This record gives sequence, structure tokens and C-alpha cells, in this order.
Amino acid sequence: MSCVQTIIDYGLRSIGIGERLLPKTDITLCDQFVLIGSGMIWNIYFAILALSFGFMFSILLALGKASENPLWNRLSRGYIFFFRGSPLFIQFFFAYEAFVLLPKFGVDINLGFAVITAETRWLTKAWLGALIVLFLNTSGYSAEIFYRAYRAVPRGDVEAAQAYGMTGRVRFWRVIWPTMLRIAWPAYTNEAIFLFHATALAFFSGFPAWRQQGDALYYAKYFYDKTFNPFIPYPITAFYFILFTLVIIFIFGVINKHLNRHIAPTERQSIRYRPQFLR
Amino acid sequence: MMSYCHTPADLEGFAWFSCYLTTNTHFSFYWSFVTVLLLVFITAPVALLFGFGGAVAKRSAFLPLRWFGKIYTNMVRGVPELIFFLFVPIALDQGFEYIRYKLLCEDSSAPVYQGNDFVVCAAAKLPLSTADAWVHTTYNFSLAVLAFAIVFGAFASNVIDGALSAVPKNQLETASAYGLSKRQTFWRIHVPQMWGFALAGLSNLWLILIKATPLLFILGIEDIVYWAGYLGKTKTSFFAYPHGDWRIWYFSALLVFYVLMTYGSEKIINRLSRRFSKGQATLGANEDRAAAA
Repeated sequence: MSCVQTIIDYGLRSIGIGERLLPKTDITLCDQFVLIGSGMIWNIYFAILALSFGFMFSILLALGKASENPLWNRLSRGYIFFFRGSPLFIQFFFAYEAFVLLPKFGVDINLGFAVITAETRWLTKAWLGALIVLFLNTSGYSAEIFYRAYRAVPRGDVEAAQAYGMTGRVRFWRVIWPTMLRIAWPAYTNEAIFLFHATALAFFSGFPAWRQQGDALYYAKYFYDKTFNPFIPYPITAFYFILFTLVIIFIFGVINKHLNRHIAPTERQSIRYRPQFLR
Repeated sequence: MMSYCHTPADLEGFAWFSCYLTTNTHFSFYWSFVTVLLLVFITAPVALLFGFGGAVAKRSAFLPLRWFGKIYTNMVRGVPELIFFLFVPIALDQGFEYIRYKLLCEDSSAPVYQGNDFVVCAAAKLPLSTADAWVHTTYNFSLAVLAFAIVFGAFASNVIDGALSAVPKNQLETASAYGLSKRQTFWRIHVPQMWGFALAGLSNLWLILIKATPLLFILGIEDIVYWAGYLGKTKTSFFAYPHGDWRIWYFSALLVFYVLMTYGSEKIINRLSRRFSKGQATLGANEDRAAAA
């Protein structure tokens, strides 16, 4: 079987398009490359959606942590501490068990719509359940980054805005927000990279892979189980992750340049790779 | 176990729970918390050693050693750690067995990867298939510790390398002006000052190490995640203590455990960093002085 045929058969296998049966014997290098690459679709899907929703929610949380309202302050602080203080791996397990139990509670509510029961069932599937966990998790980590950036906004800027008669929302969106985002961006880039890496956990913790549709690491593990040779599938997975990490650094670098366009080149913050490592 | 536990079916409420929570399997569960702590306390110093070695290798004047240091410190960037945790123990295990295969097997000409299997002769198996169960457990645990130490050593070498660069150059120049040799400068001036700079990064690593311990589960160690899943599963009346699906309670216990560990560690780290910054001309120390005054 030529490699082109393999790409046609397995290129979109992870989202259920193509050959149903995974290769079992005579596994070629091409098989491994194509299937693991196909699995990357899931990692990218999780990363993009969790980051986009997480970005919005984390700003609310960051402002909550900075707020003087004791209720919002406590709630945001607690949330951020909880998600940063416990392992993502356990969060996945916990969420999965909670989602499995949900329909049983859902019966008591008894809305009578078929749609509602179907929706709770989706929560136990990785595409929604794991996405929610990743979203909640990245919100916690990003909120801490934005909170620190908020605190680092120069006092003079805010006072100048005050002097111009800007208050409340206008002052926030015109003065604080752009500076806060610019300060936070290098750290947020690292958060994005590590969230992307964390997506590899999704199929290793509770959430089952439906019809063997999993992420890159799921297929890597599959090939290891079949060939018993770790020296091919895992480095291939590593290669893909490095490739997409470089893509993230490029995209976030472009945005960083845009955010810094009014700053003198000598004073610009460059993105330094400062990993948070594991979560 | 309490004396009234012999017929758990008759018990109710508190008595039932007191018996349920003291079964042998539950003690295995509690014991696995010790395993996790053991892992953390063994890994931390070993990883520190690896990290220090990696950082020093990266600055070595000897080119191959410098390359090795660079590869080691950079390998953890860009690749999810989970891949290392899956890869390193297997690679080490197969590496050890391959060496033993070359040394111990009579006929070591056949390839080790035969079809879909990794084949070595019985004498080269590690541990030997005749060995006791505890040998297997210990061997697997040591592989896990080694995997953790290698990965966290790479993280630590990034931190230590950064800290070594952060030591002011004037300090080193002064040392050489006083006639200290390179080696003396390194050990008496460079390294002692480095710790102050490395503390923040290393304590961050400690928190991360604690949070990485559930990955033991992936390595096939019977750790807290394994036992939580096992004990929480629905138990039918076939078991002495039947109950429904309680996994969510067990996993919430794990969450509480980890949050408390993080909380406690942060308290200790804050105290440590205050002590280390005492008398240093840094912002943190200035703030503390201002707060004390």
C-alpha cells in the first residue's frame, strides 16, 4: 500500500472519516506518521476552543480577583487557587465521574425534553467533557497571568486617564486593558503552549476514545502497544508537538508585535520562553 | 480493624463507615499516599543533581559535553511531558534489557524487535521472571523515579542555568582579581550566590512536581489514582461492603489532598524565600523591611 493511499485512508481517521479498522500488522513508518498526525486534529481542536473561551472567562476572573467586592474577590481567588493548585490529571478524572453521574441527577429535574438528556450524555464524551475541563483549567492559569499584568499597569497611566475625566468602563477599555494585555502577552504565550501540551492528557484520563478516535498520543500509545517499540511513535508525536509549538510561537509573536507597535523598539518586551511545565 | 467488623452487612451509619474505611484495600489506598510522598522526596534531590549536572555541562568548555547539556536542557521544551513519562521508562527498560541481552544471552544475533514484540532470552529479562513480586514493584517504581528525575532534572537545569547567568559578573571578576582559580570561583562564589536566584524557579518546580505525581498511574504504578478508581467502583452485594459508584468522592478526596499539599508548600516556600532574601539588596527584602518597620 502506497503512502498516498494511507493518507487517503487514515488522514482523517481521528474524526471518523476513512478506513474504520486501524492497521494491525505490517505497520509502516507512513502509517504511524499519518495516524498520529490525524490525531493532532484533536489536540488543535481542544487548544483553539479552550484558549478562545478561556481567554474571555479568565479576564472576568482576573478582574474579579482585583475587585474590591468581597464576594467576587473570594470567588475568583478560590477558583484560581483551586485550578492552579490541583493536578489537571485529577481534574479530568473528577470531571468525568461527575459528568457520568449527571444524567442520574438530571432525571429529577424532569424537563421532559429529549434534547436535555442528550446534552448531558455528550458531557461524558471527550469532545465536550474534556474541552470543558481544559477551558476551566486554562481560565484559572490565564486569570493569574492577567491579574498580575493588571497589577503591573503603571499607576501614572491610570492617573492620567483620571485627569482626563475617564472613569469606569471607558478608562478600563481605553487605558488599562491595552497595557494589561501587552504586559501579559509573553506570559500568556507560554500558557497557550502549555495548554496545547496539556491536551495530550485528554484521552489518558477517564474520557474514553470513541471508535478509536483519539488524539496524537492516543495513536502513539496504540502503535507502541502493537509494535512494542517506543522509539518510533513517541518521537513522531514529539515532532508534531514541536512543529505546532513553533506555529503558536509565530502566531502569538505576530500579535505581540501588534500590541507593542506604539512602544519604542528598545523598550519592547520580547516573548521569552518561560515554561510553566506541567499543570 | 474493629472487633465488630466481622459482619459488615448488619452495620449501619458510622459503624459501617468505620469498618469500611479500615479494610485492607483501604490501607493499600492510604499506603499509596506514602508512595507518592516517597516519590516526591526521592525525585527532588535526584532531579536537582541532574539539573545541576545539566547546567554545568551546558557551560562546559568541552564541546561534546556542552552539546549534551544543550540537548538535555532543551529537550523538554516544545514536547509535552506526558510523552516523556510514557517514553523514558520503556526506553530505559528496553535499553537495560538490550545490554543484558548482548552480555548474558548465548545467542545474541537475532534482532530484538521480532514482528510485534520485544524479545530477549529469559536470562536477560529485568527483573528475572523468577524474582519475587516486590522486586518487580521496586524495579517499576525505580524506573518511574528515574523518569521523573530525568524530566524534572531537565526543568531544573533550565532554572539553574538561568540562575548561574543571573549572578552579577562583577562578583566573578572580583573573585578572579583576588587570584581565585576558575574552579574556586565557581564553587565558592558562583554556586553559593546562584541558589538565591534559583529559589523562586526551584520552588515553582517543587509545586509542579507535586502536581505531576498522578502521572505515576500512567506508568502502571498502583498509586492513589489507581486505588481511588478501584475503590470507588460500584460494588455489588458480592462484596463485603456493597455501595454505588463512589469514584467522584474518592477523586474529590484526591483533589483536596493536592490542594492542601500546594497550600502547605506555598506557606513554607514563602517563609523560605523571606529568609533567603534577608540582608539582600533586592526589592522583596526591601518590602519586608518596610513591612517590619
